Amino acid sequence: MPKDGGIGASSKRREDVRFLTGNGNYTDDINMRGQAYVHFLRSDIAHGTLTSVDTSAAAAMPGVIQIFTGDDFAEIGGMPCGWQVTDKHGEAMQEPKHPVLAHGKVRHVGEPIAAVVADTLEQARDAAEAIEVEIAELPAVVNMKDAVKDGAPKVHDDLTSNLCYDWGFVEENKAAVDGAFEKAAHVTTLELVNNRLVANPMEPRVAIGDYNRSDGEHTLYTTSQNPHVIRLLMGAFVLGIPEHKLRVVSPDVGGGFGTKIFHYQEEAFCTFAAKAINRPVKWTSTRSEAFMSDAHGRDHVTKIQMALDADNNFTALRTDTYANMGAYLSTFAPSVPTWLHGTLMAGNYKTPLIYVNVKAVFTNTVPVDAYRGAGRPEATFQLERLVDKCAHELGVDPIALRRQNFITEFPYATPVAVEYDTGDYVATMDKLEEMSDIAGFEARRKESEAKGKLRGFGVNCYIEACGIAPSNLVGQLGARAGLYESATVRVNATGGLVVMTGSHSHGQGHETSFAQVVAEMIGIDENMIEIVHGDTSKVPMGMGTYGSRSIAVGGSAMVRATEKIIAKAKKIASHLLEASEGDIELKDGAFSVAGTDKSVAWGDVTLAAYVPHNYPLDDIEPGLEETAFYDPSNFTYPSGAYACEVELDPETGVVTIERFSAADDFGNIINPMIVTGQVHGGLAQGIGQALLENCAYDEDGQLLSASYMDYAMPRASDLPFYDVDHSCQTPCTHNPLGVKGCGEAGAIGSPPAVVNAVLDAMRSGGSKVEHIDMPVTPSRVWAAMNG
Amino acid sequence: MYNFDVEQPTTLADAVQALSRDEAQPLSGGQTLIPTLKARLAAPSVLVSLSGIDEMKGVCSDDAGRVCIGAATTHATVAREVADLYPALAGLAARIGDPAVRNRGTIGGSVANNDPSACYPAAVLASGATVVTNKREIAADDYFQGMFETALKEGEIVTEVKFPVPEAAHYEKILQPASRFPLVAVFVAKFPDGVRVAVTGASNNGVFRWSDAEAALGGDFSAQAVADLKIDSADMISDLHGTAEYRAHLVGVMTKRAVAAIA
Amino acid sequence: MTQVTMTVNGKAASGDVEGRTLLAQFLREDQGLTGTHIGCDTSQCGACVVHVNGEAVKACTMFAVEANGATVETIEGQANADGSLNVIQQAFQDHHGLQCGFCTPGMVMSAAALLKENPKPSEAEVRHYLDGNICRCTGYHNIVKAIMAASGQDVSAIAAE
Repeated sequence: MPKDGGIGASSKRREDVRFLTGNGNYTDDINMRGQAYVHFLRSDIAHGTLTSVDTSAAAAMPGVIQIFTGDDFAEIGGMPCGWQVTDKHGEAMQEPKHPVLAHGKVRHVGEPIAAVVADTLEQARDAAEAIEVEIAELPAVVNMKDAVKDGAPKVHDDLTSNLCYDWGFVEENKAAVDGAFEKAAHVTTLELVNNRLVANPMEPRVAIGDYNRSDGEHTLYTTSQNPHVIRLLMGAFVLGIPEHKLRVVSPDVGGGFGTKIFHYQEEAFCTFAAKAINRPVKWTSTRSEAFMSDAHGRDHVTKIQMALDADNNFTALRTDTYANMGAYLSTFAPSVPTWLHGTLMAGNYKTPLIYVNVKAVFTNTVPVDAYRGAGRPEATFQLERLVDKCAHELGVDPIALRRQNFITEFPYATPVAVEYDTGDYVATMDKLEEMSDIAGFEARRKESEAKGKLRGFGVNCYIEACGIAPSNLVGQLGARAGLYESATVRVNATGGLVVMTGSHSHGQGHETSFAQVVAEMIGIDENMIEIVHGDTSKVPMGMGTYGSRSIAVGGSAMVRATEKIIAKAKKIASHLLEASEGDIELKDGAFSVAGTDKSVAWGDVTLAAYVPHNYPLDDIEPGLEETAFYDPSNFTYPSGAYACEVELDPETGVVTIERFSAADDFGNIINPMIVTGQVHGGLAQGIGQALLENCAYDEDGQLLSASYMDYAMPRASDLPFYDVDHSCQTPCTHNPLGVKGCGEAGAIGSPPAVVNAVLDAMRSGGSKVEHIDMPVTPSRVWAAMNG
Repeated sequence: MYNFDVEQPTTLADAVQALSRDEAQPLSGGQTLIPTLKARLAAPSVLVSLSGIDEMKGVCSDDAGRVCIGAATTHATVAREVADLYPALAGLAARIGDPAVRNRGTIGGSVANNDPSACYPAAVLASGATVVTNKREIAADDYFQGMFETALKEGEIVTEVKFPVPEAAHYEKILQPASRFPLVAVFVAKFPDGVRVAVTGASNNGVFRWSDAEAALGGDFSAQAVADLKIDSADMISDLHGTAEYRAHLVGVMTKRAVAAIA
Repeated sequence: MTQVTMTVNGKAASGDVEGRTLLAQFLREDQGLTGTHIGCDTSQCGACVVHVNGEAVKACTMFAVEANGATVETIEGQANADGSLNVIQQAFQDHHGLQCGFCTPGMVMSAAALLKENPKPSEAEVRHYLDGNICRCTGYHNIVKAIMAASGQDVSAIAAE
């Protein structure tokens, strides 16, 4: 029977009511009295020297309050990068200044050159057209391999080259890996592209800056996944505002998927300008602006090789990857192709020797950073495509080859520096085989063939590292932040609770699932618990939501704070019950003395805490409020196996997804309904990457997919009903809830299954194709089959 | 958007009068024009809305048996009201864009804009329809003059389109997955005196008739007749979504499938 | 500026607008009805879908002056008279048909228009009808399921919690 509340229940989401009735409070819904509007004049040239920005005519236009250019920010810090990668020679990465407004040069289409603040948005746009900008155009570098050639035009003149870093991992293993390749019975090699994507949360970014002259406090309303991080980065590194004079609010946020983690120029600008003009300043991105100003995702070019012995055991793996950084380092960009990618290259397999090389490259394109999965989809895609290619070359069953090489004993220390605590890859594969009805596939293939179509089946496994992350470890790896989470639990006199969490919900349903955890721990109704997030003035500290970390890290912090609450409440109860503290039990919202019928209700205890007439004042303070910081001791390792079945029209190359099955192991689960929804959404983004989405530039650095007219967002009619299962559960061993995280799995685990299925279909039609790059568009399929 | 006035005449005569103002531009359903204005790619001083003119709305049949559709008639209305009169045309209208777009977008707007990937031009050209304006009647073969180019002159507005109804017709399209416009689409119309085949989405010159296919189908109206027919890819659009060669190939496939649906 | 008057969710609403003022702007900025969202500038995402004279339209692709005299329904007017969720809204909550909530108003308004035209749509009909509504969170599974459930169809055979 499904539970009707607490941990494990599919509680309906409480946040839905406001969203379904139009009562959400998104940042663009906020309008400040007297607010001005800013329009950013953005570069339409990918690379050039900014010789002149003449704002004099524009400044005289109606409604214009002030126009800002790069000169106004020359003395101010650049946009900070939160992660410093050390290269294979022990040197720090090259780290260019990232100005708030372009200064000296423009380095990508969309880079802001000037900001016009006016009474109305249209006045600001009118004036922006009157700004005279002179740019001496320079050759753009777009292709990564060209960018690192000798003599290539440099994106940053003050750097030695366009190479941000050349990272080897684990460098000490390289010789042993190369040795294993020399002895291999079989080597499979695959070259592939992981296509650049745009995250595209449906709510475009918005920033509103406000400044209160009476108390000197700045407020920024922004569409962020981590308002405290923005407060720290912007306050400390860009504008020099102490945290106690800077409030950052992220109210309802309409999706993030990674791209709303980062600190952006528009946030710093609006905060700065609000003080400068003494009026609130609002910026709302258009979708077209979002395409050229939101950090992009993926964009790797990889050569990967597997060495196998004569019995088809994986003996060594090596990869060479070029990772596009874009023109500047976005907040966490350097970590994505390294620590979120190289550490996952073992996948689900006991390959004993692994070497990963990553060259991060500057190009004249929009900065690239984390997008749902961040590094882990890139690792999974190359590895799972490679394993399929191995099986194809060796003439063995791809599932059998995977099973033969699975890690089966845990904990398992990989050769790429992480230790998987738990997992059961055989169980998820067993489950997947059952769900995907492999036995019925040949019959379904014949049905397709009778209609003149081809049918293909593809699988893959995945492993991810979530619950980001142990602070001492990431500190050693170059993180310039801790990655703990905090929670404060405030119990009111009448027994209701407010949980202030540093996690941020922008679709994940924390207001519901977090309340379920606390309700379970105390034994009270979920509706007695309010979850507060997204405001630095309400929540003491927070590192935010990304990397499938909220329940594993934020949830654990909340558990720790709630444990402290319960411990103190037991002390109060023991006083009220005149019993020994050790004999007090909490069950179903009441404290009782073990072995007796004496009890006192939760509400009596909370009231006593605030009306301490009969209270152990010598022992403990009144009040009932506790804070905990939780720093995880390891990552969590969700894993799973996915299968995709496609039908392919050989005449047109059109691929349709006929079935998609996903067997995941997320450890323990708080709200199965929400977890299933997270997987669905991830699958749609992964299938989107595989079949539809492509952020493309031409050789001059012009963005070709600059709106929904050319960037193909998955629609309902592009996708099937999915079959999702998470009954395989190996709980995480090192966090109090035993949870692993589920937000990114679908996006990480689905692209290789889709591509493997498409290749299977193509081969069933007689094609000799070995690989096809994403997105697998009809045009590409047709060309590959007829090339 | 730059600012402009919106005039909302209720008669064709008033609309024509309003359009004589400097930098005046007609506004039909606005489903293409408004995004263009948002991008500041057009700067009219006045938009003359045609959606309040009752005499430009609705569907009827004339004495010659033609289906006559007022230019301000929405795609949704055409999909509903033409279903019995000219099912292939109704089917085309029912699959333009999405439901909300179909409730605003009009046949006149589509035909006047002549987007190289729009659906309606294929039906107009394949049907040998007549485009009626406030000044004259223009045969479809004379009306479409290249990408976004038509025979319309300054101040001339499309008021009606008259479609001869073929014995059989079918519209077959493959979608460009982002815009949901046709990547390539073909309208085949079989008349007693011959077959007309119009292709949209494919050519840099906009909608066109595929004469080789028409000739082949004139003699033998079967999918087999066009199965091996190839079209030159030289003038085909090549972009992110498909190469010129792919589009040329699709013209053949869509034609064959359209014929197969009705042969 | 032109004065426009329309009936929005059963109440008279009027204001002075420019020619270029979009219906979506009029609703959001003049009327404070911020449930109608703007997610793109190419008329594709559908976050702004409202009903004008009973038909679903994209409020970001229609001028406010074009709605002068019209009857407009927005997400804010969809709940039952007692404030409880209507059948479609309730189905979206019951079947987890929303996550971040940004596309949701447009989805609900499109679903309402669909069910008026087609009271028992098939899965394919629902998916096709949503071609002009983009959701980035749900993968559509639970939206399609919710709309079919709202139409009174048994969706228990469709996978998921």
